[in-house]
Amino acid sequence: MAETAEQARTRRPRFDADWLRRNGVYVALALLIAVDLVIVPNFASVATVRLNLLQVAPVVVVAMGMALVIGTGGIDLSVGSVMAIAAALIPLYIGYGTVPSILVALVAGVLTGLLAGTVVARVGVQPIVATLALLVAGRGIANLIGGRIRTVRDPGFRELGSGSIVGVPYVVLVAALVALAVWLFVGRTTTGRQLVAIGGNARASALAGIPVKRVLTTVYVVSGVLAAVAGVLVTARLQASDPTRVGQLYELSAITAVVVGGSALSGGQVRVLGTVAGAVLIQLITFTLVARNVADEWAQIVQAAIVILAVYVQLGRRPT
Amino acid sequence: MTRTATPSGATPSGAGRVGAGRVGRANAARLAVLVQRQGALAVLLVLCLAASLRFDNFATLDNGRAVLVAASFLAVIALGQTFVILTGGIDLSVGSVFALGGILAAYGSTHNVLVAIVLPLGVCGLIGLVQGLIITRGGLEPFIVTLAGLLFARGLSLLVSDGGSTTYRVPVDSGFRELAQGSVLGVRNLIWMVLILYAIGTLLLRRTSYGPTVLAIGGQQDAAELMGLPVTRTKLVTYTASGLLAGFAGVLIASYISSGVTVLGVGTELEAIAAVVLGGTLLTGGAGTVLGTLVGVLLLRVIQNVLNQVPYLNSNWQAVVSGSILLVVVVAQRYLSRAQP
Repeated sequence: MAETAEQARTRRPRFDADWLRRNGVYVALALLIAVDLVIVPNFASVATVRLNLLQVAPVVVVAMGMALVIGTGGIDLSVGSVMAIAAALIPLYIGYGTVPSILVALVAGVLTGLLAGTVVARVGVQPIVATLALLVAGRGIANLIGGRIRTVRDPGFRELGSGSIVGVPYVVLVAALVALAVWLFVGRTTTGRQLVAIGGNARASALAGIPVKRVLTTVYVVSGVLAAVAGVLVTARLQASDPTRVGQLYELSAITAVVVGGSALSGGQVRVLGTVAGAVLIQLITFTLVARNVADEWAQIVQAAIVILAVYVQLGRRPT
Repeated sequence: MTRTATPSGATPSGAGRVGAGRVGRANAARLAVLVQRQGALAVLLVLCLAASLRFDNFATLDNGRAVLVAASFLAVIALGQTFVILTGGIDLSVGSVFALGGILAAYGSTHNVLVAIVLPLGVCGLIGLVQGLIITRGGLEPFIVTLAGLLFARGLSLLVSDGGSTTYRVPVDSGFRELAQGSVLGVRNLIWMVLILYAIGTLLLRRTSYGPTVLAIGGQQDAAELMGLPVTRTKLVTYTASGLLAGFAGVLIASYISSGVTVLGVGTELEAIAAVVLGGTLLTGGAGTVLGTLVGVLLLRVIQNVLNQVPYLNSNWQAVVSGSILLVVVVAQRYLSRAQP
């Protein structure tokens, strides 16, 4: 970040490998949209845009939390299970009203995040194992609370899931607000700056007086809450709570979005806009393949290739 | 995230008791190492003892056999994962590769037994090799490469099975069924194979130059490179072996259930990682044992078996208990490794 004027001048040829590394995801997204405009019938329609945005919204919300965790050099595998716990709690508390049931779901996200954060930050267990244990246990807890699919018949939830304000669905609006909030959090708050520093070098940060443990715990709590928000959104969209299936493999989608968006798994940076673009890119790839009647199995193979390619392109400049 | 125990934190005793404190600390450290290595075994033994006192059906030959058979597939997968984790890497693709191996084996068995074994091993070994190449030559993180491998293998297995709608069945008269269903000296072939593979694994880790190289890479890759150890080749071998073993587990399950099923293997990579960690292998690499993993696998499967015996606990409790035990064990390991000098 801190570059002298001279360095800035030597970077004059703007379309070099470095530029591509930083902006590859936007280039890919722009290219894909351009291609889609030609090959997918009715691509430039409100319905198509709306469908894609609705489908990508929960992934974006989860990926925002994941971007923060990855920014600290950690990883959160528990997000899918936290979504399921949130979804499982909603039908139980819907009797008290829409808002209380959502609050209960969010509190569950805080608690799981607090547990993950404590085990990672205070005990010093590796994030991948700590959150793996929560992934396994969390899904079980969700099934124990919820069990089977339950329809959620609540006007507030129906409105949240299918309603919209000036044409923008609430679900998409929530995702956009979350992205904005995380962007402000990273760029404008002390904790946001500190978490990036911790990802860069945890020990140096601790020596510099950054409250590493507190910041790390906060980050996992935020990730848990955002996963719970995504669980609420998915439940609202389905008008039903399905603890067995909600959030399955979301951890992988979220990690993919973050990585494709240009963040390194080793931490030290949070690219909010890149992550959103990464999530949209993956969504559009799947959509394009489905729209062109390419089987779903090819979609996965193509996704695998794109992940590798994305990371490889980004690798170009980074000294190892 | 790794944190080493600071000398100041490890010496709580006063200056006057330095001598006694050192002896006590040495003993504590030895105990810590012992619990770290054999903790899972102790839990397993206590669990088995408690279960055989509590449930009449637990300590029977049939139940023991059922646990071992259920454990064998995961054991084969976790063996490969152990070596990968020992190098400091991770292999998230094993669950999908396991499913793919099963489908290819069932498909191959409709031709002949040889195809049923060679085809899945070839494809799965190749997937492992390619992942290893991308990791070593491309310099990409194992986590992301094998995550892509997970998606790739899952897509491939759906492709082979026409989106999961075609279930290949092993012909009734095929000798391929014997591979896992047969038995030698009254013990199922499956269990023999696990024992043989783990014996080979232990020998590789302890008695060949490959083992120490794996540990050295996991301990400090740069140092291993500077020492002139064949880092790239060792990693390639390790990832290929992990793919091969996951594929072989697929072959075994196809032979055992006589068909290839796409829904298998979801989350198996996590179970395998959990087994390795429970077995005392550090996820940071560089330290661990092969037999510990076997204990970890058995622990997971015995928990499953015990919970199955309790009528009012369903499979969801298994997840909760397995997850909690994993958490408790890693937290305990963390404190124990701090106690070490």
